[in-house]
Amino acid sequence: MQNNHKRFLRENKLPHIWCPGCGNGIVLGAFVRAFGQLGFDQDKTVIVSGIGCSSRAAGYLDFNTLHTTHGRALAFATGIKVARPELNVFVFMGDGDASAIGGNHLIHAARRNIDLTAIIFNNSIYGMTGGQYSPLTPQDSRAATAPYGTVERPFDLAELVKAAGATYVARSTTFHVPLLIRLIKEGAVHRGFSVIEVITACPVSYGRRNKLGNGYEMLMHQKEHGVAVEKAKDYTQEQMRGKFLIGELHRAEAPEFTEIYGQLAEKIRKNYGKE
Amino acid sequence: MSELLPLARLMQGNEAIAEGALAAGARFFAGYPITPSTEIAEIMAEKLPLVGGKFIQMEDEIASMAAVIGASLAGLKSFTATSGPGFSLKQENIGFAAMAEVPCVIVNVQRFGPSTGIPTAPAQGDVMQARWGTHGDHPVIVLCPSSVQESYSLTITAFNLSEKYRVPVIMLTDEVIGHLRERVILPEPGEIPVFSRKKPRPGLKNYLPFRPGENGVPEVADFCDGYRFHVTSLAHDKSGFPTTNPEIAEKLINRLNDKIMNNLGDIIIYDTFLAEDAEVVVIAYGSVSRSAKRAVKEARAAGIKAGLFRLVTIWPFPEKEVAALSGTAGALIVPEMNLGQLRREVERAAGQGARIVGLNRVGGELITPGEILAAIRKSIKKDR
Repeated sequence: MQNNHKRFLRENKLPHIWCPGCGNGIVLGAFVRAFGQLGFDQDKTVIVSGIGCSSRAAGYLDFNTLHTTHGRALAFATGIKVARPELNVFVFMGDGDASAIGGNHLIHAARRNIDLTAIIFNNSIYGMTGGQYSPLTPQDSRAATAPYGTVERPFDLAELVKAAGATYVARSTTFHVPLLIRLIKEGAVHRGFSVIEVITACPVSYGRRNKLGNGYEMLMHQKEHGVAVEKAKDYTQEQMRGKFLIGELHRAEAPEFTEIYGQLAEKIRKNYGKE
Repeated sequence: MSELLPLARLMQGNEAIAEGALAAGARFFAGYPITPSTEIAEIMAEKLPLVGGKFIQMEDEIASMAAVIGASLAGLKSFTATSGPGFSLKQENIGFAAMAEVPCVIVNVQRFGPSTGIPTAPAQGDVMQARWGTHGDHPVIVLCPSSVQESYSLTITAFNLSEKYRVPVIMLTDEVIGHLRERVILPEPGEIPVFSRKKPRPGLKNYLPFRPGENGVPEVADFCDGYRFHVTSLAHDKSGFPTTNPEIAEKLINRLNDKIMNNLGDIIIYDTFLAEDAEVVVIAYGSVSRSAKRAVKEARAAGIKAGLFRLVTIWPFPEKEVAALSGTAGALIVPEMNLGQLRREVERAAGQGARIVGLNRVGGELITPGEILAAIRKSIKKDR
């Protein structure tokens, strides 16, 4: 039972391409463990990914996997889910992928409340292209395209998707793995658009430039700065400065897109020709 | 629904495309509103749920193309409809469909361009974009209807070719044909054969989804239909996984193009009218070919040996057929609502034979029979 989750990996495709200290493998590991615990049908599950380091995860997972164009993973996934609502569809994206080039698809998937589970690997940087800043790079950070520090303000991804209509929003880090596993499971079971943001380290392209240390030190940074939602209730604003919430951030009940469409189609088919 | 209606009806070109798609078995449409194609989306929104299909209006043109590909991979015959600006936005994902061999149909109701141009005026300015709009050496099939009846039947052909060769097929119509209303006679169900993608036998050991099968076309399973596999538009091997191996990558690109170029007899569709003994042949496509036919009739009435070669498939280009015409006719006239996009292709195919004359209008008005007749008369004078 202990290595049960290995059957969800394409072990012949490993080792992965990620750099030493990268957190993406931790997210991959958390996903297969969560999937094993969910008990979903491996053959009725599709993993869709965009472009970037994190999106290579799809290739290592033994499901029907679709590696799409940059930013468009959610739009491809929408086509799959609408065509076959019975399938479980997970969407893996990076921070630039999901919030910059794919930002439009992100807010509209949230607005539709379509039953997709989006896992967004937030490493604060475009890693694969060599460390350019993304819409989630903290202000005043160094990046390959911000040699004097970033001028732009970042999004709060969780607030963004919540405002757009996502009905399950959660955040964890690659340090808080048991929490991450639980949140992925909750998001997968939730009927509607679920977003799980994972804070993950890119020591090579982000950490080094910003003097955040190696992979281990960046993990410790996640440990020290992620504050569980339950604990944060007792924190003062001063205590929360520079820190971020982890855990389930938002949950709501709303009609799910493919379900309403199916019900509507059934109704009009029944009534057709009666008028 | 269509089967309750008489078989002969007055129909609009865009409506005929929508009906043709349904007859071809299309069960998924994703689109974004754009003039002059929007009727297709509107009809699909109404009719798809009635036949168990799915319609979705996406947030933009890019997303529509992506959703079409996703739905096709999930097993539904899928399509979208757009016009110039939207067609440009779809190009990256059209390349994805070509590279990952995902069957799909893209309808482009051409309008005046470049850019936003005159949204309600016709043009044929997307001939080259239809062929080369996405980057890299990719295969594509482009079909041009010239009547409402043909908008219906050719849409079925578009789906058939797309399913058979696992390639994006572009229905390159124009605003004139899209908004034209004329009488059509819908064929009986089954009169036009409908082809669906080949699926792998169940239970294969070591299934390779991208191993070339008949005509070089792989038998890719639908998602979650008995096999687990990977789809990417990165260069990939027969298993579907990415590779940077130059030999494998080159073989892939050659196969993608060869599966079209080795089956031209099946893909190239054209039509001739009095072309056999013609001294001057008009080569035309889409709405302009209607003006051309009228001009040819009038020329014949005036004793001029004129003929028409009407392209239905414009890509791949019917090189052999045009080369043959170049050997028999003195002049080839190519009227187009652009500055000569297909004329260059005619020149290339014609070689040293017939004289090539372009007749080009870009004001957003259909070329008239009179203009083509004048060009025919002028070319005859020159030849004599």
